[in-house]
Amino acid sequence: MEAGADWSVESGGRPMPEGGLELYAWIFMRLSGVALLFLALGHMVLMHILNSVEVIDYDFVARRYASVLWRTYDFLMLFLAMLHGVNGARTILADVVTHPGRRFLFQSILFTVGAVFLVLGALVIFTFQPV
Amino acid sequence: MKIKLQIKRFNPEKDRAPWWGKYEVDVEPNDRLLDALHEVKWRQDGTLAFRRSCAHGVCGSDAMKINGRNRLACKELVRNLSRTIVVEPLMGFRVLKDLIVDMEPFFKKYRQIHPYLVNEDPEEPGRERLQTPAERSRFEDTTKCILCAACTTACPSFWTNPDYVGPASIVQAHRFIFDSRDRAGAERLHILNESEGVWRCRTVFNCAEACPRGIDVPKAIAEVKRALVFKKI
Ligand code: FES
Repeated sequence: MEAGADWSVESGGRPMPEGGLELYAWIFMRLSGVALLFLALGHMVLMHILNSVEVIDYDFVARRYASVLWRTYDFLMLFLAMLHGVNGARTILADVVTHPGRRFLFQSILFTVGAVFLVLGALVIFTFQPV
Repeated sequence: MKIKLQIKRFNPEKDRAPWWGKYEVDVEPNDRLLDALHEVKWRQDGTLAFRRSCAHGVCGSDAMKINGRNRLACKELVRNLSRTIVVEPLMGFRVLKDLIVDMEPFFKKYRQIHPYLVNEDPEEPGRERLQTPAERSRFEDTTKCILCAACTTACPSFWTNPDYVGPASIVQAHRFIFDSRDRAGAERLHILNESEGVWRCRTVFNCAEACPRGIDVPKAIAEVKRALVFKKI
């Protein structure tokens, strides 16, 4: 037994908490935030500094998406940004909307919209075929 | 020295809405705001209601909003405040009368985190539970809390969500979680890991500014979060 676990049993308590949604959500926000910072910076340098909107056209995207690397990069960014954003909005809703019914309604809308965008984005990233 | 007091008055039995009571009092520059309030209550308007007990910053009874900031009336010298001092009750609680708010929800949350030493280990006869200075210093800062509620009622997370356990209770939990003699740290962490617990803290830092005892409240909260993340006290 871990040190933390056995002494809490003496006092009739439970062992150290191992998880919980809010704990993992909190850790996820920190980690994804740092990851997104670098992903977004890379994206900006690539798309707006090294290249510019004038050069970026269909062929550019098609060439880029020929490699698995860029598809993975974009998917990672999409996935993390969606979850990060949706979770941020979820905590704001939890702060501001106290009525349980209304909170449920807003959260349902939020999760649905988030899921739709995530699926749409993933669909484009994974099924894109140059014509 | 003449100063003006603008006090938010409200008697739920008589008033439909809060109103501003305006008073002019003669005070010494070294008087505290509490003395000015006494001046009003004792000589001008006996219906003014506020709490105070020790009058020396120890009991935590007279936290209130002074010029927009949560302070103890007994620790604020009038000479450090403006000529017109605006005094309001703490935010986020039901006003019982004037500057007196209903603190019961606050103490209910305080009781939830088991604010007492828990240790069922048999004591050795004739020996105290010893602690090294280093062990003691881990929770030194949070022993200073006087439960005045200045931090909790300065917290926007608490304003919008009265179910949030609040900085004061986390500080009190911290005081026992990191006490080497205590055995219920894990239990308290369980309580603070719930959805209305420590994760509702958005590191706004209002509590740090509000604490009349100078406790580094955000640091205490961060240490509790860290104990949860790394599963280590
Ligand atoms: S009256 Fe006791 S803290 Fe101010």
